[in-house]
Amino acid sequence: MELLDVSLVNWSRAQFTLTAMYHWIFVPLTLGLGIIQAIMETIYYRTGDEKWKQATKFWMTLFGVNFAVGVATGIILEFQFGTNWSNYSWFVGDIFGAPLAIEGIVAFFMEATFISIMFFGWNKVSKGFHLASTWLTILGATMSAFWILVANAWMQHPVGMEFNPETVRNEMVDFWAILSPFAWNKFFHTVWSSWIVGALFALGVSAWFLIKKRDVDFAKKSIKVAATFGLVASILTAVSGDGSAYTVSQEQPMKLAAMEGLYVGQEGAELVAIGILNSDKKAYNDTVNPFLFKIGIPKALSLLAYRDLNAFVPGVKDIVDGGYQTKDGIALSFDEKQVKGKTALNALAKFREAKKANDTSSAKLHKDTLMANYEYFGYGYLDKAEETIPNVNLVFYSFHIMVTLGMYFILLFGIFTFLSFKNEIVLVKSKLLLWAALLSIPLGYVASQLGWIVAEVGRQPWAIQDVLPVKASISAISTQSVQITFFMFLILFTALLIAEIRIMLKQIKNGPHHD
Amino acid sequence: MFTYSFLQHYWWFIISLLAGILTFLLFVQGGQSMLFSLAKSEDERRLLVNVLGRKWEYTFTTLVTFGGAFFASFPLFYSTSFGGAYWVWMVILFCFIIQAVSYEFQSKPGNTYGKTTYRVFLFINGLLGTILIGAAVATFFTGSDFLVNKGNITNQLAPVISQWGNEWHGLEALLNLRNWMLGLAVFFLSRTSAALFFVNRLNNENLEKRSRKAVLVNALPFLVFFLTFVIWTLLAEGFAVNPETGEVFMEKYKYFFNLIELPIVLVLFLVGVVAVLWGIIGTVLKETFKKGIWFTGVGTILAVCSLLLLAGYNNTAYYPATPDLQSSLTIFNSSSSEFTLNAMTIVSVFIPFVLAYIFYAWRSMEKKRTDIADINSDDHSY
Ligand code: HDD
Ligand code: HEM
Ligand code: HEM
Repeated sequence: MELLDVSLVNWSRAQFTLTAMYHWIFVPLTLGLGIIQAIMETIYYRTGDEKWKQATKFWMTLFGVNFAVGVATGIILEFQFGTNWSNYSWFVGDIFGAPLAIEGIVAFFMEATFISIMFFGWNKVSKGFHLASTWLTILGATMSAFWILVANAWMQHPVGMEFNPETVRNEMVDFWAILSPFAWNKFFHTVWSSWIVGALFALGVSAWFLIKKRDVDFAKKSIKVAATFGLVASILTAVSGDGSAYTVSQEQPMKLAAMEGLYVGQEGAELVAIGILNSDKKAYNDTVNPFLFKIGIPKALSLLAYRDLNAFVPGVKDIVDGGYQTKDGIALSFDEKQVKGKTALNALAKFREAKKANDTSSAKLHKDTLMANYEYFGYGYLDKAEETIPNVNLVFYSFHIMVTLGMYFILLFGIFTFLSFKNEIVLVKSKLLLWAALLSIPLGYVASQLGWIVAEVGRQPWAIQDVLPVKASISAISTQSVQITFFMFLILFTALLIAEIRIMLKQIKNGPHHD
Repeated sequence: MFTYSFLQHYWWFIISLLAGILTFLLFVQGGQSMLFSLAKSEDERRLLVNVLGRKWEYTFTTLVTFGGAFFASFPLFYSTSFGGAYWVWMVILFCFIIQAVSYEFQSKPGNTYGKTTYRVFLFINGLLGTILIGAAVATFFTGSDFLVNKGNITNQLAPVISQWGNEWHGLEALLNLRNWMLGLAVFFLSRTSAALFFVNRLNNENLEKRSRKAVLVNALPFLVFFLTFVIWTLLAEGFAVNPETGEVFMEKYKYFFNLIELPIVLVLFLVGVVAVLWGIIGTVLKETFKKGIWFTGVGTILAVCSLLLLAGYNNTAYYPATPDLQSSLTIFNSSSSEFTLNAMTIVSVFIPFVLAYIFYAWRSMEKKRTDIADINSDDHSY
C-alpha cells in the first residue's frame, strides 16, 4: 500500500487547476457569444436585413474557433475525476456521477447536433429551423453548464446523501435536494457572468472597428446588442453574486472569513471595500492586525451574509476555536470536530472487522457510533487546525478584484448602452471610450477566473465540504506520472491557445465582409 | 419500481450499447487514418476532411457520454480503471484532444502550425485512438493488474482503495497478444466502415472507386484479427462469479458457455456479424450498392454490444483483477446504489428522443451526396 504523498496531492491539484482554468478560458466566451449571435440572428429573422445576417456569421466564426478549444479542454476535465481523483470518484460517485451522465445525455448531444446545422445549414434548412438550431446550440451549452455546476455546488454543500458503511461510500437518497439553492445560485452567477465575458468581447472588437474607422455600420449594430446585453448581464451578475455570498455564509463560513480577511468575528461586521493585507500576519491566532490599510462599510457584511445588520459573523479564529452561536446551536471547535472525525474513521474500521467476523451486534454498535459522528468524517484525516484555513491572501484579493470589476462593468456597459441609443456621434468619436472598451476584454476573463479561485481555493482543504479532504481524494499513481501529464497539458493547451488567438485575430482583421 | 438486479443488468446493457454505437462512430477515426492514403490531391483530401468533419462531434460526444454513463452507473470501474490504467487512458485522451481542434483549425489562416500538422493530428487520433480503445476493452476479457480494498478508506495515511499493481499503469495491456487482436480489429473495422461511409456520402468517381477497394483491403485483416480474438476468447478461461457467495473463480470456456446460455445475445451477435459482412460483401461485389455503411454500422453496434454483454452478464466479472480474483469488478459489486440507478433509468428515457433528433438533423442536412463544389460553396467549410 502506498502512503499518502504530499507532492502527489499537490501535483494532482496543480494539474486539475491548470486544466480547469484553461477550460474556463473558452467556456465563458462560448456561453456569452452564443447568446449574442442568437440575438443577432433573431433580428435578422425578423427584419430580413442581410447586414444582420453578415454580423451573425462574423460572430459565429469566432464562436466556432473558440468552441473547438472548449471541447478539447473539456474532455480531460471529465475523465480526470477518474484518473486523478479516483478515491473521490468512488466515495461520492454514486451522487456525483449522475449530473455528469445527464450532462452528456441531455446537453452535449443537443449542442453537437444543432451546432452542425448552425454552421453548415445556412443553405440547407429553412430560416426558421436554422434560427431554432442556433438557439438550441446555446441552450445545450447552457444546460451542460447547469449540470456541471450542480455537481460543483454539491461538493461545496453536500446534500441528499447518506453514508453506507457496507459499500464504504455516500449514496444518493434524494435527487431533488441536490438541486439546492447553492446550485441555482452558482448556475445563475456563472452563466450571467459568462454573458459579461461575451458582451465585453463583442463590445471590444466592435470598438476596434470604430477606432480603425472601418465596418462602421456593422460595429454600431454590434455595439447596440453587446452593450445592452452586457448591462443586463452585469446587473444580474451582481445580484446573483450577492446570492452566492449569502449561500457561502450559510454553508461555508470559513470561505466567507477568507474572502473578507476576517480573523476575529464581530457583530455588525463591516464589509471591506478596499483593503491591503498585512504580510506580517503569520498565524491565525496571533494578535497582528491582518490589514495594513482598509476602508470598510459598517455593518454591511452582517447584512449581506445574514440579512441582519447586527448578526455575528465568525472569523477564522472563531471557526477554529468554536463556541459561538450558530443557527444550529453552539459551534464546535476544530479539536472537537477532529475527535469526532477520528471516532468516525475508527468506528468504520471496527464495523468492517465485526462484519467480517459475522458479529452483528457489535457491527451495529460501531455503525451507530459512525453515523453519530459522520458529519465530521473528513476531519479525521486532518492533523492540525491550520489545515482548515484556505489561502486568505489569494481568496481575499480575488474576491475584491472580482467585485470591483463587476461594478466597473456596470458602469462601462451603462455608458455604452446610453450612447449607442441616444448619441451615436459621441460614441463613434470618443477615442477614450473606444479604447476603454477594447482594453476591457481581458478584464472580463480576469474577473471570471478570479471567481473560480474564490470558489475553489476558498473551500480548501475540502473536496467534499467536511466529508472528504482533497488529500484523501487522490489516485495511487506516482508523482512523476502526474508531473509528466501536467507538462504535457501545459504545452499542448498553450500551443492551442496561441493558435486560437492568432486565428481569431486574423478573422477579426478580415472583418464581417470576408468570411 | 424495478429490482436492483434488473437495474444493474439494464445499465450494463446501456453501457454495452453505448460501446457499440461508439465503435460504429469510430469510422470517423478510421477515415482520418486514410486521409493521406486514400486521397491523391488536395481537393480530394479536403473533401474527405469535410465529410468527416460533419460527423466527428458525434463520436466525440458519444465517448464523453460513455464515460459519464459509466461513472454514474458503475463508479467503482471509473475509479479503478481510470485511476489505475492511468497511462492508457491519458494517451487515449490526448488523441482526442488534438482531434477536437483539428477540423476547425486546419484550413483557417493564422493557425500557426500549418494545415499538415492538424491533418497529422487527425491521423494520430485515427491510428492510436482506435487501437488503444480496442486494447483497453479487450482487458474486460483478459484481466488487469489491480487490487481493490475498500477498507483502505479508514487508513488516514494511505486511504486510496484501488491500487494498480505495476508502474506501467495500463500500458502493460500492450504486452498481451489477445488485447492487440481486438485493438487491431477495431482499427481495421473503423477503416472499413470509413470506406463504406465514403462510398455512401461522396459524389466523386475516383474516390468512390478507391474506397470500394479500401473496403476489401481493410475488411480482410479486420476479419482475421476479429475472429482470432473471438475464437481465442471463447476457448479461453473466463472469470466466473459464484452467484451465492460473490466469489470469483476461473472457469474453462466461460465466454463460450455465456454465449450458449444467453441465446438472445447469441442471436444478436450472429445477426450483427452477418450484417457487418453483408455491408462489406455487398459493396465489394456490386458496383451500385451504396448502403453498405448502414448494414455494417448496425451490425457493428449489435456485435460489440453483445460482446460486452458476454463480459458482464451470466455471473461474469467484467473487469477482472488477475493478481487477486476477489478484487474483480462485477456488475453487482461495482454499481451505483439502487436509488441512483433508478434515477438514472428515468433519465435514460430521454435517449430515444436524443436519437430521434439526431436522426432528423442528420437527414435534413444530407439530402444529396457531397462533392467538391458543395465544399467550395459553403462558407464554413474546413
Ligand atoms: C459553466 C460552465 C461550465 C463549467 C463549469 C465546465 N464546463 Fe465543460 N463545457 C461547457 C461548460 C462548462 C460548455 C459551454 O458547454 C462547453 C465549453 C465549450 C464547449 O464546447 O462546450 C464545455 C465542454 C465540455 C466537454 C466537451 C463536450 C463535448 O463533447 O462537446 C466536456 C467533456 C466538459 N466540458 C466537461 C467538463 C467538466 C468535467 C467540468 C468540471 C470540472 C467542466 N466541463 C466545467
Ligand atoms: C471551469 C471552471 C472551474 C475552474 C476555473 C475551477 C478552478 C479550480 C481551481 C483554481 C482549483 C484549485 C484549488 C486549489 O488547488 O487551491 C480547483 C480545484 C478543484 N476543482 Fe475546480 N474549478 C472549476 C470547475 C470545477 C467543477 C465544475 C468541479 C466539479 C464538478 C470542480 C472540481 C474541483 C476539484 C475536485 C478540485 C480538486 C483539486 C483541488 O482542490 O486542488 N471544479 N478548481
Ligand atoms: C458584482 C459583484 C460580484 C459579487 C458580489 C460576486 C460574488 C461572488 C461570490 C461570493 C462567489 C463565490 C461563490 C462560491 O464560492 O460558491 C463568486 C464566484 C464567481 N464569480 Fe463572482 N461576484 C461578482 C462579480 C463577478 C463578475 C463581474 C464575474 C465575471 C465576469 C464573476 C464571476 C464569478 C465566477 C465565474 C465565479 C465562480 C463560480 C461560482 O462559484 O459561482 N463574478 N462570485
